[in-house]
Amino acid sequence: MSDNRPLRWFLYGYLALVFTFIFAPILFSVIFSFNSDRFPTIPLGSFTLKWYQTVWNDPDVWEAARTSLTVSLSTATIATLLGFATAYTDYRYSFRLKPVYLGLVLLPPTIPLIIMALAMLAWFAKLGISGQVMSIIIAHSVLTAPFAMAIIRLRLSQMDPSLESAAWNLGASQWSALRRVIVPFCLPAIISSFCLTAAVSFDEFAISWFVSGLNKTIPVIILEIVTGNIDPQVNAIGSFVFLVSMTLVIIAQVVLMTRRKKEV
Amino acid sequence: MVAPLVEFRSVVKRFDDFVAVERVNFTIEAGEFVAIMGPSGCGKTTTLRMLAGLEAPSEGEVLMEGRVMNDVPAHERDTPLVWQSLALFPFLNARENVEFGLQMRGVAAAERRRRALEWLDRMEIAEFAERDIASLSGGQKQRVALARSLVIEPRILLLDEPLSALDANLVIRMQSVLTKLQRELGITFVYVTHSQSEAFAMADRVVIMSRGHIAQIGSPKDIYRAPANRFVAEFVGRNNIITGTVGKATAKTVTIDGSLGSFTVDLGQHEKPRQGDTARFVVAADLAQISTAKPRRGNAIACSLISEEFIGSVVTLFLEAEDGSELKVQLQERELSKMDLKQAATIYLSWAADQAHYIGAD
Repeated sequence: MSDNRPLRWFLYGYLALVFTFIFAPILFSVIFSFNSDRFPTIPLGSFTLKWYQTVWNDPDVWEAARTSLTVSLSTATIATLLGFATAYTDYRYSFRLKPVYLGLVLLPPTIPLIIMALAMLAWFAKLGISGQVMSIIIAHSVLTAPFAMAIIRLRLSQMDPSLESAAWNLGASQWSALRRVIVPFCLPAIISSFCLTAAVSFDEFAISWFVSGLNKTIPVIILEIVTGNIDPQVNAIGSFVFLVSMTLVIIAQVVLMTRRKKEV
Repeated sequence: MVAPLVEFRSVVKRFDDFVAVERVNFTIEAGEFVAIMGPSGCGKTTTLRMLAGLEAPSEGEVLMEGRVMNDVPAHERDTPLVWQSLALFPFLNARENVEFGLQMRGVAAAERRRRALEWLDRMEIAEFAERDIASLSGGQKQRVALARSLVIEPRILLLDEPLSALDANLVIRMQSVLTKLQRELGITFVYVTHSQSEAFAMADRVVIMSRGHIAQIGSPKDIYRAPANRFVAEFVGRNNIITGTVGKATAKTVTIDGSLGSFTVDLGQHEKPRQGDTARFVVAADLAQISTAKPRRGNAIACSLISEEFIGSVVTLFLEAEDGSELKVQLQERELSKMDLKQAATIYLSWAADQAHYIGAD
């Protein structure tokens, strides 16, 4: 095994580089959000909270935050419901066109975002529902439902196939078996997919930018600020968005990975 | 006359092109311990699932107490099943698992709890009532599964190879738990298994299935001593099946001529066969005798010893006849020690005429 040591160090180094490339920009964004200088340069100026104060006092940012929160929570609810329904259909029934069904269900994330955004905009305009908060919610639900489906489907695949039949056998109707057995069994995956779809929706820019109209979400308002001028308050908003998303993703991971400990 | 508890009337079950169960007819009386036994894929589990309403018969009728059950959904039947995988709900503790069936029947919380604890106590696992399923041992889970099925006070309990995941010692213990339980409760047990030892140890009556058909129904002793056909004789094992053509036949006995010699066999309940037909008979390994000198009377086959197999105090000898066919004989180890087989060039396998069992052509 000792022969592998150079290889191991190389792999560790590679891993460190990957993480550096992913997280260094975010880390610097967080650092600069506390920096008094207007331009992001080194050496740093003094520590300050003024960018956070600016953001805190900006009604546009508050409005965007409210919109983002509404959108991401509604999206997460709808996407998780849709994801559960499609995953359960896949688990429970076998039919001839199932590969087609699964292909269609899992398709949205493979479409380039910009194409999807344009298509959504055109479609909503035709239906006369573009430029509303609801339009962002619908578009985000389409985008994120496949993630929810994939997570819940994985959980269902770990279930003893006799479990649902056992519930029927003990007197549960189809509905109560679904409610009392399938949903509790999938609960970790349901919570996890709720958090992940909320995080994806909260961060999503392209679709939001196209279909949001006057209802800007946080990523949209960030772009508006940076296209105007170089303003460190973007770093402050960015740090906040990162914190929210990471929290959701970490919750999702923790819920999925820890086995439920029985409360005594 | 009271209708039997369970009746299968020419029941057929097809899955697409595959026929899992083909024209099965049988009845189960209240209070019986019935085992349905057969190799995997013989249709035994499908039969059980039709009884529980988890599969619908393609043809024929399943009746319970005279009522046709074909269209009664699973959750409206009182036919709890103990699953091969146990299928305990992993997100509920032991007590909540046992309460599930009562909850579905609308029993109030306090009453539910009382009855669940009563059953857990009866199964001697009351101390684990609040434990997570994952933290229980195999035997404890088994008991939770039994309690969960029995707490709803059914008239029939279905068991689908419930002991297959347990180690040998635990299997023996659970067998006595099950037989005792069945006797005390006086309800019907229908027990599906591929294990002959489990079926014979517990059941009053055994249904042997093969490729969707019923090969034989009878008491363990009937099946062991009087296999109805070649499949049963082979499946039960430790049988010597000898094939030949029918020679002289009377109403009571028949002479069968084969490559091993010519033997006279009692016909038993069978019709007199036609001369020249193929016919078989069975000599159970534990009814056959061996000797180093050729017996003066009766049926005997000259063999040579191939190998011995010891299981406790019982020895199985594998012999080869002159035509190459393999024969078996089972005897007590202390009987064997009296004989000096190593020195003998030829060993004679013999049996009394009434100990051979005629099984006809199939």
